[in-house]
This record gives sequence, structure tokens and C-alpha cells, in this order.
Amino acid sequence: MKKRLLIAGPVAAVASLVLPGIAFGAEATPILETPEASINAMWVIVAGVLVMFMQAGFLLLEVGFSRAKNAGAGVAKVLVNFSIASLCYWAVGFALAFGGLGEIAGTHGFFLNVGSSIEEAGKSIPFVETYSISPAAFMFFQFVFCAVSLAIVWGATLERIKFSAYIIYAVIFSAVLYPVMSHWIFGGGWLQANIGMQDFAGSTVVHLIGATGAFAALLLLGPRIGKYTKDGKPRAIPGHSMPLVGLGVLILWLGWFGFNPGSTLGAIGGRFAEVVVVTNLAAAAGVVAAVAVMYMLSKTIDIGMAGNGAIAGLVAITAPSGYVEYWAAPIIGAVAGVIVVFGVIAIEKIIDDPVGATSAHGLAGIWGTLSCGIFTSPRLASFNEVGEPGLWYSGSLHQLGAQALGVGVAFGCVFVVSYGIFWLIKKTIGLRVTAEEEDAGLDISEHGMYGYPEQFIPQPEYSTGLPFGAAPPPVGAPAAAAVSQMTTTTES
Amino acid sequence: MKKIEAFIRHEAFEPIRAELLDRGFPSLSIIEAKGSGRQKGIVERYRGSTLTVNVRPKIKLEVVVEDKDKAVVVETILKHARTGEVGDGKIFVLPVEEAIRIRTGEGGEPVLQLHEESELPT
Repeated sequence: MKKRLLIAGPVAAVASLVLPGIAFGAEATPILETPEASINAMWVIVAGVLVMFMQAGFLLLEVGFSRAKNAGAGVAKVLVNFSIASLCYWAVGFALAFGGLGEIAGTHGFFLNVGSSIEEAGKSIPFVETYSISPAAFMFFQFVFCAVSLAIVWGATLERIKFSAYIIYAVIFSAVLYPVMSHWIFGGGWLQANIGMQDFAGSTVVHLIGATGAFAALLLLGPRIGKYTKDGKPRAIPGHSMPLVGLGVLILWLGWFGFNPGSTLGAIGGRFAEVVVVTNLAAAAGVVAAVAVMYMLSKTIDIGMAGNGAIAGLVAITAPSGYVEYWAAPIIGAVAGVIVVFGVIAIEKIIDDPVGATSAHGLAGIWGTLSCGIFTSPRLASFNEVGEPGLWYSGSLHQLGAQALGVGVAFGCVFVVSYGIFWLIKKTIGLRVTAEEEDAGLDISEHGMYGYPEQFIPQPEYSTGLPFGAAPPPVGAPAAAAVSQMTTTTES
Repeated sequence: MKKIEAFIRHEAFEPIRAELLDRGFPSLSIIEAKGSGRQKGIVERYRGSTLTVNVRPKIKLEVVVEDKDKAVVVETILKHARTGEVGDGKIFVLPVEEAIRIRTGEGGEPVLQLHEESELPT
């Protein structure tokens, strides 16, 4: 009886919020009436779909960096996390992030129940009117950002975390934690409105927040078995497929052309095309710098580090992509490429981060956010109506200070909350699989099957089609008879 | 009967197989083996860390022949597997007590390498 009530409560709540919205929507003026609104919605949806595809990038990157015995786990993880975030962000998260211009959080638009005319929706979601954009397109675009941020958390925890930990953290992260933080910086909250912090597409909001969650998890989770020698030196645990890593990096790179340019939230005026170029320049510089620095250190062209360099360049340019001119982009990307190499090597000495998320998303995210305070051009600061030009143009440290404050606040808040959640998970259901399960691999211990079954389970070359257990030919029978009666070569 | 086990470099296998077939020894097996010897391991570099792999991949070739054929097989292996560098491998010769063909159950030396012309791979 008690259980039934527990289910009935939320269902009734959902119904009461959604049903009037549907009924109301049928009568209202269509939201995509003007060509401008339609073009903007079209671009934002395309960009959102590109960002959604980044889930495939994270999947392949993480699977490639895992050993073969953990290859399947990443698939289940990405699918389940994306789906949980889809539901939670729609129900609660979007309202907290964009449902009004309060300093701490929004209060309108739960379940996207905002009506469907620009005027109507604009009362709940002010940005809908500001940007003349469909609330559905806007919500989808903001949701895929949330999903990217959540995906970043888990790359670092590969090969040893319990699946149940994902689910609990994903609900809190996508319903409350990410939305509130993104409200502060994207949604008209206090960091954006009062401090003037610039973060165009989320070096801090998406990447630093995800990496901070990862950092909190790693501190409580500990390294994989065998990561450190007896005297505490890190040992490489190579992932099983560099081609998958490469494909993952390129898909993420592609997705970023939705991520940054889509954050213009419109296609009118051509800003989004400039952001595409800025984004690509930084990614390229990130790869070149990371490969060059790694070559100087180890005399090898490091495959994994080339990938980390691309991601670092992309993460770093995410915040300044809407604020800087072309010339600044390669500088920002190259510095990120250098930071990620030294970051990975330094962090690896104490924390086991198999994909380098804390460096590529965390350190590069911090650098990218700060770089606005250096390179933001006067033209684009006034175009975006957030903050002031950077140090290079203005000679003033003011904007850099605002950026640093934003980074500090975001890191501090997310770290404290995430550490608390993971600490509770660790004390109650446990954060980590047993040593035996880790040895066997998460595929078989958590998911009941192998990602690559043939590698682990020997199979016959082909089946005879005869039923299992048919009698074998008698020993010493003539060859021809034996062949005609040949029976079981199937699984035995 | 003798079993000849040879640990060889991967690239040596194909010439050895071809010549053994020419000389009338079509039956052999190989196993992907890993081992250590005088040849040092490989240091892998991965995202700034290193990993020393102390065993190297080799092919283990196994051929069972009549006593009189041992020398021919050993000679063929030596001919193709020797580069003169450390890591060429080793050959071991072991006595074999019995040989039985599973398909027919017949036993003895005739099951080893003797094949009718039509059974030989081309």
C-alpha cells in the first residue's frame, strides 16, 4: 500500500503539470510564426543534435581508454546517464536553470509547461523573448549541455565504479546541481548579472563543473588495482583501442561545432559562423601544442595525448569562443595543449584518471574561462552585453578578476556538493565494486556479459546444425562412416 | 617419433611453412606465445606514463615427425628463422610416445605427415 502511494504521488504530479500545458498549447499562437524565430530554432536544433552526438564521442573515447574487459560497461553507462538526464532536466532542471532571472535559481517552467506563444513562454523563460527562440529548441539545446557535463564526470571513474553510483549522482546532477550552476552563469543569475562573468558556451559551466564532479568522485574512489607500484609510482594501464579513442575525439570535435556556435542561440547575423572558425583554430592548436610538448618530454608522438590536446583546446575555447577574435583562438588552444600535458602527468602521480578528464576538462576549463579576462575584445563584449574587454585591450584586471571569482565559486560549490553526495553513496551502498569484480571486469560482473564475447568465450568454428548431445561416432569407425555421422562439434 | 618445438619470430613462419610443405611435411601447428630470454622487453609509452612489457610475442611452431625426418625439419627452421640478432628463438626436440588420428582412431607413424596427393593443400 505504501509502495503504491510512492508511485502514485509523482505520477499525479507529472500529470497535473503536463496535461494543462497540452490542452493550452492547442489554442495558442504558434511560436515559430516569424521567419526569424524559425531560422533560429532550426539552427539551435541542428546544433543541439550535434551536441547530442557528443555522447557517442564520450562513449568511444572512454571505451577505447578502457581495457577490453570493461568495454561494454561504457555503453550501458552513457545510454542510462543520458536518459536519466533527459527526464530530470525536462522535469526540474530546465526550470531551475532558465525559469526566470532570480539570482540563485529559476522558478518557472517545470516540465516545460510554458505555453507555446512567444509572449506566453517569455513570462516563464525570459530568454525565449530575448532571443526569439522556441522554448522547446532552447530546452533541448540546454539539456544536451547538461548531458555533456554529466558524461565528463564519469570518464575519470572508469573500470571500478559501481553502476548504482551513476544513477544516484545523475539524478541530483541533472535535476539540481548543474541547473543551478548554469543559472548563475548562463541563465541570468548572480555571477552573470552582478559579477559580469563571461562564459560563452561553458568552459566553466559544462566542463569545469563536470571535471569537478569527477575530481570529487576520484578522491573517494581511489585508483584502479595495479595503477601504482609499491613505491607509489604511476604505471600505465593502456586502453584497449586507440582507433576508438581517435574516433571518439573526432566525434567530440564535430559535436563542438554545435556546442560553441550553437550558443549564439540564433543564426541571424552570422556570428555562429565566426564561432565555428574560432573553435576549430583552438582545437588544432591544442593538438599541435600537446603533441610537440609530449615529443619533447618522451620522444614519442603520443596518441592518447594528441586526443587530450584536441579536447583541451576545445574546452578552453568554449568560454571565449563568442568573445575573442580569430587571432586569440590559436593562442588559447595552444596554451591549453601545454596545460593538459603537464596536468595529466602531474595529476597521474596522485590520482588515477584514466581519460585525463580532470586535466582536459578541468584545468583547460579553468584556463579557458580565465582567458576571457585576457582576450575578450571590446566589440564582442558589447555585442554579448556581458562583462568588459580583457586585459589585452583594456589594460585592466577587472574582467580577469570576475572570471577568477566565477571559476572559484563554481569549483567550490560543485566540489562540496559532489563530495557530499559521493561520500554518502560510499557510506551507504558503496562507491566501488569489489576487488574480485574489478579483476574480472565490469562487463561480466556488473552487466552479465562481455563487451567482446569471442575474446573470452571460445566458440567452435562453425556449427554442424545437429542437436547438442547427439552420439559421437564409434572409435575406430571407418573414415567415411565417421564423416557422415559426424555430430557434435557444437558447444560442449 | 619426435616433436619439434620451435620458438620463432613471426616473420619466419611463412617461409618455414612453405618449405616444409614442399618437402612433404604439411602437418604443423602454431601457437601465439609470449616469452622472455636474452632479448629485452618493450617499453610502452602511454599518455606520459611508461609500461614495461617484459615478455615479447613469438610464434611457437610444433611439428611431429618420424625420427628420420627430424634433421630435415630442424634444418628448414634454422635456415629461415636465423637473422643472427638476439631474439631469433630456440628449437626443442622431444620424444613422442604415441600418435592417434582422431577422425579414424588409427595410430602410429603413418598418421604423422603421410598424406595422399589429393589431401595436400595446394
